[in-house]
Amino acid sequence: MKPAPFEYHAPTTTEEALALLVEHGYDAKVLAGGQSLIPTMNFRLAQPSVLVDLNHIPELFHIDPDKNGGVLVGAMTRESQVEHDSLIAKQAPLVHETMPHIAHPQIRNRGTFGGCMAHADPAAELPAVSVALRAQFRIRSQGSERWVPADEFFIGFFTTALQPDELLVEVALPSMPPRSGWSFQEVARRHGDYALVGVATLVTLDDRGQCDQARLVYLSVGDGPVEARQAADVLKGQTPTPEAIRAAAETAASADVDPSSDIHATGDYRRHLVKVLASRSLRQAFERAAGKGG
Amino acid sequence: MSALRVKEVDVDNSMTISVTVNGTRHVRTVEPRMLLSDFLRHELGLTGTHVGCEHGVCGTCTVVFDGQAVRSCLMFAVQADGHEVLTVEGLGTIEELHPLQEAFQDAHGLQCAFCTPGFLMTLVPFLDENPDPSEDEIREAIAGNLCRCTGYQNIIAAVKLAAERMGT
Repeated sequence: MKPAPFEYHAPTTTEEALALLVEHGYDAKVLAGGQSLIPTMNFRLAQPSVLVDLNHIPELFHIDPDKNGGVLVGAMTRESQVEHDSLIAKQAPLVHETMPHIAHPQIRNRGTFGGCMAHADPAAELPAVSVALRAQFRIRSQGSERWVPADEFFIGFFTTALQPDELLVEVALPSMPPRSGWSFQEVARRHGDYALVGVATLVTLDDRGQCDQARLVYLSVGDGPVEARQAADVLKGQTPTPEAIRAAAETAASADVDPSSDIHATGDYRRHLVKVLASRSLRQAFERAAGKGG
Repeated sequence: MSALRVKEVDVDNSMTISVTVNGTRHVRTVEPRMLLSDFLRHELGLTGTHVGCEHGVCGTCTVVFDGQAVRSCLMFAVQADGHEVLTVEGLGTIEELHPLQEAFQDAHGLQCAFCTPGFLMTLVPFLDENPDPSEDEIREAIAGNLCRCTGYQNIIAAVKLAAERMGT
């Protein structure tokens, strides 16, 4: 199938793009990497009458150091660039580890960091990672700007806090506290396919080697990223023994998630994977936090 | 994702673009909705780029865009204005195949060959960046290309053979 006709605009500044969004309102759709929007248009599931293409706005393509060791990623930065960036690898290793799991190399060459966030697919990896990292989203509209924390940015199924006249321009990834460890794990039928379940995990140890905080954020088990808060409570203040990890994993599966069934997996199987991935990712994250293993 | 069309679009909103394909500059006037894959096949007659699923899953429409492998069915032709595209027609000639094409032939890396252009255009930039790949790296590189004939084993053998020949 072929896309329905649309008006095409290729602004060269963010200001120009924002003016177009004001002018066209709900008729307009923003084109970032196009790796989700264009297939949807090819199927005519989406028929936007105006496309605002951000690919000609240089200020949206960047990876820069932020204060206190964080990293600022421009919304149009290609996923393949994030994947191979040395600052990301050093300062945001959870993001670095996640990138190869996103679709295929050809898709990552076009797909963008911000586009993936704004699309808010519940099966996408980066939204879950951004919630685990407590990332902040810089959103601009004509004449104003606001920062939204990741857990408030994702509202539901393919739905974000973005208004029709707003543009996600940048994502701020905060640095991890000392004695932190991370892990990204997912189960997919084939590498690069959408995951049946995935988890982004970040843990921090206190100076006695006990768990100061743990964050497990799942993908593909709900309307958007799902944080396993009760599992985190089980771990807080505990020495991360295999028993403590098992107890947390069981809590994640029984109390924190309520996955549904579809043609890819049953809800029960997803619940099982939530437990397995909690154990795997917590084990790896705690080892890294303690300075063992890489 | 609404299927509702809120606003009617003037269908005669064609744009004139200039795209360099396999080293030759082409100027055409196209509708913004024309996919890059259709531009290559229908406007330029370069039918070596195949179209399979048309939603970014099968990989057969892969071309090299500004040096990187991309799905040509997931880009609009107007987005290629001022850019460079390499298609399978730009790799080698019948008399003198590209070493990767030759390796596919020698290692039986194809049967019906519908998917082959996509594999080749995925692997050309891959081998440029990674001239001595491991088997795992090869498998990951071609994970986004589907082949329903070969079972992939001979494609992997072809990539190894090409890497060996191109390295020496």
